[in-house]
Amino acid sequence: MKCFTNSPGALNAEISMKQFITFVRKEFAHVLRDRKTLLILFGMPVMQILIFGFALTNEVKNSAIVVVDYAQDEASQKLISRIEASRYFEVSKSAADHNQIEESFKEGKVKLALIFPQNFYSDLMHQNKAQIQIITDATDPNTANTLANYVTAIIQDYQADLNQNASLPYRIIPETKMLYNPQLKSVHGFVPGVMALVLMLVCVMMTAVSIVREKEMGTMEILLVSPFKPLLVILSKAVPYLILSLINVASILCLSVFVLDLPVNGSLLLLFAESTLFIITCLTIGIFISVRTASQQVAMLISLMGMMLPTILFSGFMFPIENMPKVLQVITNIVPAKWYYIIVKSIMIKGLGFSAIWKETLILAGMTLFLLIVSLKNFKIRLA
Amino acid sequence: MYAVKLNNLTKVYGKDKTVAVDNVSLTVEKGELFGLIGPDGAGKTSIFRMLTTLLLPDGGSATVDGYDIVKDYPYIRSTVGYMPGKFSLYPDLTVEENLSFFATVFGTTIEENYHLIKDIYIQIEKFKHRRAGKLSGGMKQKLALCCALIHKPTVLFLDEPTTGVDPVSRKEFWEMLKRLKEQGITIMVSTPYMDEATLCDRIALIDQGKILSIETPENIIDSYPDKLYAVKAENMYALLKTISSYDRAADSYAFGEYAHVSFREAINEDVVKSYLQEKGLTGIELKPIHATIEDCFINLLRK
Repeated sequence: MKCFTNSPGALNAEISMKQFITFVRKEFAHVLRDRKTLLILFGMPVMQILIFGFALTNEVKNSAIVVVDYAQDEASQKLISRIEASRYFEVSKSAADHNQIEESFKEGKVKLALIFPQNFYSDLMHQNKAQIQIITDATDPNTANTLANYVTAIIQDYQADLNQNASLPYRIIPETKMLYNPQLKSVHGFVPGVMALVLMLVCVMMTAVSIVREKEMGTMEILLVSPFKPLLVILSKAVPYLILSLINVASILCLSVFVLDLPVNGSLLLLFAESTLFIITCLTIGIFISVRTASQQVAMLISLMGMMLPTILFSGFMFPIENMPKVLQVITNIVPAKWYYIIVKSIMIKGLGFSAIWKETLILAGMTLFLLIVSLKNFKIRLA
Repeated sequence: MYAVKLNNLTKVYGKDKTVAVDNVSLTVEKGELFGLIGPDGAGKTSIFRMLTTLLLPDGGSATVDGYDIVKDYPYIRSTVGYMPGKFSLYPDLTVEENLSFFATVFGTTIEENYHLIKDIYIQIEKFKHRRAGKLSGGMKQKLALCCALIHKPTVLFLDEPTTGVDPVSRKEFWEMLKRLKEQGITIMVSTPYMDEATLCDRIALIDQGKILSIETPENIIDSYPDKLYAVKAENMYALLKTISSYDRAADSYAFGEYAHVSFREAINEDVVKSYLQEKGLTGIELKPIHATIEDCFINLLRK
């Protein structure tokens, strides 16, 4: 590609710049004039955030809970009536055994079970401490966690009342058991996950399709038979999607802050910088796909199957990586979205700084560099 | 120095080694309007793509404007104009946007070279705010030609520019090519339409990757070796069958409403007529005609 720099009528930097800007404007025109593209570009992120957001933030009012009272004493009765009084719960008493609790969980009728052991009150009075078991259905970790917290709060309230006129503090020790999802994967994990998913889709698919479209329409032929540098073709394809994707990041963050009440705990600037890096990673993947494919359909299929599925499966956003077989755990390492997901989670939810994520950043940057070199090496300056 | 020079240019495709272009050698003078005439699959597009540096040849060499198509491809890319066979502009951009985009890509502006495209552009200017995808076939071709011309190319490669265009627009298109030629632009054009061949300065007849003849259209017609007649009868099918078994006739084929029949030697029209009548044909019409390019092409093919 060296010879381009000294081609005849050597285009000076000013003309190159003008060409570049014209090309970028042309790309924007393509996007803005195609309603379908616009819908995918801006409708999809909003939809995903809202769907994921409201699927996971169920109202916890009037949740059905079951109480198994083996104690049947003063303390257990008082606690149960307090819980009944709260607007969060709808209590159904049951003298039944554990097996029946298990059944009602499986049927999805109850969200939480509260179990008082025998001698609850006497344990509390004589040993100054008593145990109480809380079992929740953690298939929906968000609700499970919230409910468990509510119950614990009521218990602590009761405990505080008891302690007002006691010389030795009484302690009720709630033993919480999260059924089905003991690790309680981060409840807000979906926002970073959706960000990774949306950026992956938008950048990879849009870039790949838009370059392949030029091939399919035959305009690539004309562009190649012109003094326009092939490298600039790629660059001018990438820039509009970089800008549009950053707008997407901003809109996702706005939605999560203002609609879902999930604040950005860390540095916003760092978050945008890392997002830009991930967008560039995705753009290079898109360019790589476009270099290797000849039709829009194939490009789209590869982008969807080859990128979206691994992102959903292996980024740790839907399925905890720790629970995967060793082989799959190793495979997750080559999924860029995994690293980005970790980065966003660290910044957004844990509020950590760059020192906590430099390793992930480095891995992502390395991937980008590798992909960039490979796709430039593969870029054809001729047909076929 | 020739504008275009091909020296045993060869292109082979795929694993089964299909020879698309077979040792083609030809030259195009500066300022010439050169036609590459042949049916679909003759190898015209492959030749164009090699000359525009889009494909690498598998054998032989070629130069455009003196530049080697392999070694000096960047030079060729910035000086030639190319209009691929398929409509290749952006359908979602307007006429004006397409033109100004390609002007910028080639480092020029519409204003700078407006004189070159004026005659053509004026015909589509009233649609300049219409999207290119919504233009008619003829107007699309005109816009594509404008885009290929906007940077004042030294050589213009037009790959089947009139395929799929109505007869009136085709005629207009060729008139435009003549005017461009007068401005000193070398034009190499390919077409499957034989009637367009006579509009070129020189033509190369090509089939299955091989050049059959390179001549001026007049010379090709003059060198037609046989006596050609147009024959008509009421039952055309029977006529063609009868003639093909007539030992005096060198060749015969359907040609519009007539059958063209060639004879090695001068014939007595009455003898032929009576022969046909003997065979039971009625309404016979027989007249001597001048060979067209198509007749020459068929003649060369049959050799």
